Amino acid sequence: MIDLIRNYWLYFLVGQYPQGPLGGLALTLLLGVAALGLALPLGVVLGLARTSSHRVIRWPVTALVYVVRGTPLLMVIFWAYFFLPAITGQQTSQFNTMLAALVLFNGAYLAEIVRAGIQGIPRGQSECARALGLGYWQSMRAVILPQALRNMLPSLVAQFVTTLKETSLGYIIGLSEVSFIAGQINAQVLTKPVAVYTILALTYFVLCFGLSRIVRLLEKRTQRSSVVMP
Amino acid sequence: MIEFRNVTKFYGSFRALDDVTETIARGEVVVICGPSGSGKSTLIRTINRLEPIDSGQILLDGEDIHRPGLDVDRFRSGIGFVFQQFNLFPHLSVLENCTLAPMKVRGLSEAAARERALALLERVGLAGKAQSYPAQLSGGQQQRVAIARALAMEPPLMLFDEPTSALDPEMVSEVLLVIRDLAHKGQTLVIVTHEMGFAREVADRIFFMDEGRILERASPEDFFERPQHPRARQFLSDLRSPFARSV
Amino acid sequence: MPIDLSIVLSWEFGQWLLRGFLLSIELTLVTLVLAFPLATFVALLRLAPWKLFRGLGFAYVEGIRNVPLLAHLMFWYFGATQLLPEGARAWLYEHDAETVCAIIALTLYTAAFMAEDVRSGIRSIPSAQLEAARALGFGYLRSMRLVVLPQAVRITVPPLISQTLSLWKNTSIATVIGTAELMYQAQRVETATFRGVETFAVTTVAYLTVSGIITLIGVLYQRRYPVRAA
Repeated sequence: MIDLIRNYWLYFLVGQYPQGPLGGLALTLLLGVAALGLALPLGVVLGLARTSSHRVIRWPVTALVYVVRGTPLLMVIFWAYFFLPAITGQQTSQFNTMLAALVLFNGAYLAEIVRAGIQGIPRGQSECARALGLGYWQSMRAVILPQALRNMLPSLVAQFVTTLKETSLGYIIGLSEVSFIAGQINAQVLTKPVAVYTILALTYFVLCFGLSRIVRLLEKRTQRSSVVMP
Repeated sequence: MIEFRNVTKFYGSFRALDDVTETIARGEVVVICGPSGSGKSTLIRTINRLEPIDSGQILLDGEDIHRPGLDVDRFRSGIGFVFQQFNLFPHLSVLENCTLAPMKVRGLSEAAARERALALLERVGLAGKAQSYPAQLSGGQQQRVAIARALAMEPPLMLFDEPTSALDPEMVSEVLLVIRDLAHKGQTLVIVTHEMGFAREVADRIFFMDEGRILERASPEDFFERPQHPRARQFLSDLRSPFARSV
Repeated sequence: MPIDLSIVLSWEFGQWLLRGFLLSIELTLVTLVLAFPLATFVALLRLAPWKLFRGLGFAYVEGIRNVPLLAHLMFWYFGATQLLPEGARAWLYEHDAETVCAIIALTLYTAAFMAEDVRSGIRSIPSAQLEAARALGFGYLRSMRLVVLPQAVRITVPPLISQTLSLWKNTSIATVIGTAELMYQAQRVETATFRGVETFAVTTVAYLTVSGIITLIGVLYQRRYPVRAA
């Protein structure tokens, strides 16, 4: 196993960079951050739509969220793979395909987290904001969303961990994220599949477990500083 | 200033307000009291349209508050409302709580808003807590900030929905002092409260409500010494029982 | 090319999809049957009075959950099979190694998540309940059986239904090791007919139908057995 690590560690971490596109663990992280970064605004928009009092906004978004959440991510990836080139008129890179699929998929999940966060803010807060004369958008931006997002932080980090695991499905469309690289290494070495895949598992474990610990810490901190209402 | 005309409101099949007709004059201090479920909170919440009504009219300075085309937010900004649960914004400092609405709704500059807010915090005795956060304040302090926050909009009318009911007994008087101060300055106040001693001292008129109707309206002296309606008498005698909290 | 469902639904290709669909269902059901007892066992480990047992339970849950399902599948199919003696391996490859490895990976993965739900369910019953039962004279096991577990079950079922939904969607990932479930068959059909839209539309509808049924069961259960505070 030591030989394995010594020979392939760089390939595992960054793929063929700089002689080729970025790959490996670096790509996994990049994809994860980009996906969640873009999914979050989408999730906020969809979450707001889910809490809207106008049915004409609420129903289509609810339907969209249910459809996306009832479909396997792999299916969403295939949809993106086959139809993004048709929509954009050009060849879509594997990275962008994967990114689009992840943003849509996680946006739908985040919509539910945002919705729960908004509905978890006591009604008195929005009533008071409206009583002061703040309009709907003003109340949301100044009073409700800041509190909701703060409360949602542990869930958001947990969703980030899930997104990182989801990047592994890029394997299917040949994206050279870390699972694909592991497959490549195994194809070259052939005699040590257990070692290769154990290292892969350990890599994910360290990454995701570490982040989960941060979630735990954040949860403890938000509990301590929450407002105590009489 | 405020006029109710045959106002009725239902929650499902429960009649919360039953054909209420009444007038409150500018500069008057009115206290509304009555048993739980009598409709007092509902009535006060219809004034700034936090609760809709099912029939009847409510007029503010002669104009129907439900007329189409009314800018509800602007309308509400002209009425100060103090909640039982204070509802301070926990993610903002005390000062920011008081400057938020003047800046966002009235368009005041930050400097002007701060000046006004600090003056009001001084008036309620909490200028030193301007940079603190609501979680660091006691209940009584939070409610006083809530009053300052409502006053920051310089509303001609202030509504109080059981302002001291959520407070521990030792903090009730600090809040009542602030409200009394407002009354003496000639502000129009409508207060829903159980604090009868306070009502006696401060009110121009007392409304007694039960089952969605105003059953008695009288000066404090008349109300406490010579209650007319049997249910009002029952209410007062329950309050005076050895186990009651105030009066 | 205009949309033409008839090719995809025709006897030959329709049969492929149907077989894939049935295998997906089979994977889900078999995994459920195996994972739930395992999950309960792990949950009890985590709640045991001995640190060693708690540690083992914790190691299992965190070790499995923080690694993506794809990596699990690759480990079992490409890695673990190589550890078997020659004869066993040959036998396995002849008898649907892909399905067996998929079931192993899915079972271990799903059980790790379910264990947490079961544990939360048991822990959410206030210890006062157990105390009250003991105060009435019931022994520990009888108290658990008569008072704590019945209440815990009601709380645990909704998250478990949610896990079943995830499991149903996760079966699609088994395609990477060649398991001939629905997603695999969909890819086969698409390659054979070049009708991506129709194939994936039918497949998506198939996934959504079962997702819808599972969600419906969840909603009905919560309506029939709402969680009431003690």
